[in-house]
Amino acid sequence: MSGASIYASRRAGSLYIAPFAIGFLLFTAFPFIASFILSLTDARLQDQLGDAHFIGWHNYAGMWADATFRKSLGVTFFYVFVTVPLKLAFALLIAVVLNFKLRGIGLFRTAFYLPSILGGSVAIAVVWRFVFASDGLVNQFLHGAGFGGINWLGEPSTAMFSIILLRLWQFGSAMVVFLAGLKAIPEDLYEAADLDGASRLRQFWMITLPLLTPVLFFNFIMQIVQAFQEFNGPYIITGGGPMKSTYLLPLMIYEEAFKYFNLGYSSALSWVLFVIIALFTALAFWSQRFWVFYAQERSDKGGH
Amino acid sequence: MNTSRVILDQVTKSFSGHDVIKGVSLEVKKGELVVFVGPSGCGKSTLLRLIAGLETPTSGRIEIAGENVTYAHPSKRGVAMVFQSYALYPHMTVEDNIGFALRIKGMPRAEIKLKVRAVAETLQLGHLLHRLPKALSGGQRQRVAIGRAMVREPDVFLFDEPLSNLDASLRGQMRVEIAGLHARLGATSVYVTHDQVEAMTLADKIVVLNGGRIEQAGPPMELYRRPANLFVATFIGSPGMNILPVTLAGADRDQVTVNTTQGPITLPRVNARVVAGAEASLGLRPESLSLTTAGQGQLSGYVNLIERLGGETFAYVALKGFEAPPIIVRLDGEVDLRVHDEVHLAIDGQRAHLFGADGLALGHAPDTKERD
Repeated sequence: MSGASIYASRRAGSLYIAPFAIGFLLFTAFPFIASFILSLTDARLQDQLGDAHFIGWHNYAGMWADATFRKSLGVTFFYVFVTVPLKLAFALLIAVVLNFKLRGIGLFRTAFYLPSILGGSVAIAVVWRFVFASDGLVNQFLHGAGFGGINWLGEPSTAMFSIILLRLWQFGSAMVVFLAGLKAIPEDLYEAADLDGASRLRQFWMITLPLLTPVLFFNFIMQIVQAFQEFNGPYIITGGGPMKSTYLLPLMIYEEAFKYFNLGYSSALSWVLFVIIALFTALAFWSQRFWVFYAQERSDKGGH
Repeated sequence: MNTSRVILDQVTKSFSGHDVIKGVSLEVKKGELVVFVGPSGCGKSTLLRLIAGLETPTSGRIEIAGENVTYAHPSKRGVAMVFQSYALYPHMTVEDNIGFALRIKGMPRAEIKLKVRAVAETLQLGHLLHRLPKALSGGQRQRVAIGRAMVREPDVFLFDEPLSNLDASLRGQMRVEIAGLHARLGATSVYVTHDQVEAMTLADKIVVLNGGRIEQAGPPMELYRRPANLFVATFIGSPGMNILPVTLAGADRDQVTVNTTQGPITLPRVNARVVAGAEASLGLRPESLSLTTAGQGQLSGYVNLIERLGGETFAYVALKGFEAPPIIVRLDGEVDLRVHDEVHLAIDGQRAHLFGADGLALGHAPDTKERD
């Protein structure tokens, strides 16, 4: 077979994209559509699917009356609105520090990225539970320092604090993206600003931050999407408690389906979460015209 | 009154043990436009960055407007710089770019607006004030970069290869604009370029750098007429000086005789210390050679190639018996000459150059007087 004909062959081409196509259809498109159909039924996990009845928008309509849902929604929004800005600010701060030209800075960059490789895993969530347990690391440290221990996972406010901290601890991937963005800002802009007498702080606000907004935007979207989907932390560390104070929506979806077997209601909750994420993403995209600056048209070479 | 604006005194700079600037001393007078020129890696940009304060010298002293600024912050030196990349803030309008330094200084907005407007008018940017850099052409960006320097009214302007990102025709145009601007403002300027044409046309004084040292400094025509060494001789001038290998035969008070494979040539020359039999280089600019008839002239050869530029013609002549590459002869635009023609060349001895084996000039022609 000649070189040209293998590129022209439909069958060969289809074969190459088949792994993606099959994977997408099976694991994305099918669950996506199936969950929507399920969300319109009263399907229960222990029953045959054939026994389910079509009940229209009933699952959705009943949601607002569900106090657990309202509580979960509030907790979720709180969690997202606190973690996303904090994490972005923290990641940016570390990225700026790691962007300094210092000896051995590569080592520090690796060290700071490490938590993010481990961070999302179940094992770390388990470790976190021990760290914040009543006889855990934090309390032992507090005792050692002469303070009384705190029931971190037993009090609603501190339980939330501990799962928020777990999320902040995973700042690495956002940090790496920020770092790449910082590296992409031409050095001569800072030199020009130096000559103009701008302090480092003003350079950050007047040059770095505006030129970093595309990266900030990207990180913002990613963090919003991820934060709304947080599951490991509350599931493993707090189990959603105490008093549903860390009962994030993904955990509620999981428990409705696999603890209470309400497959239909759980699917409806998934779809509500999906719509919420989609709305926030759309809002972010709409808003970027007011605060995101794209400089890619800057072409130093070739005057005309 | 002290008329020096910039004084460098034995300045050196090493980057991790590698010496980039090896002891440079020079002076830039008030209102002077000094051009640093040299091949890439000669240290000219580093030298400019040392003056700007973007680098700190390893040793030596830098003075600007009478103050020792060797270790001063870039913003405290009274210098403004035009970068090769222009370094315009891409997210700010032309107006904000030009006014940036004034804004940092805390100048009232209304005053900034006035100053920016005045500078913009000088540079014909008045209608572009609200544009972003990405909506400007190369030449316009260049002018914004110059405006950003002008608005600060610095003691010294620094230009780091400002035209190298422009295409050839625009480069010529901007060169004229910069020359005009300098004539109007009389601003003290240091200008870095690798282009010797820019250096010749813009400079009051050229500083030729090579390997971190000054090869020669002086007014453009002085460097052209009396290059101190082979490096300067071949670097300044376009097309470059032809260099022929010769041996020194002898000298008396006002002339030197050299032996070539085409026989001896005698050149008027004073102050030449000559060791008979030593190797030397004869330097002939394309315009100091002319066509002559058979039996006349000192050199002969065959035409290899003819470049007709209209107003002038360059003939590439392979000299008989010389290993050297063909020499370039500048002739009249209408000259009647063909490839493979045999030509006889007369040397204008007053404009010929002679360099010893060490590359240094051997004496000089009697009519090129020494300055002072």
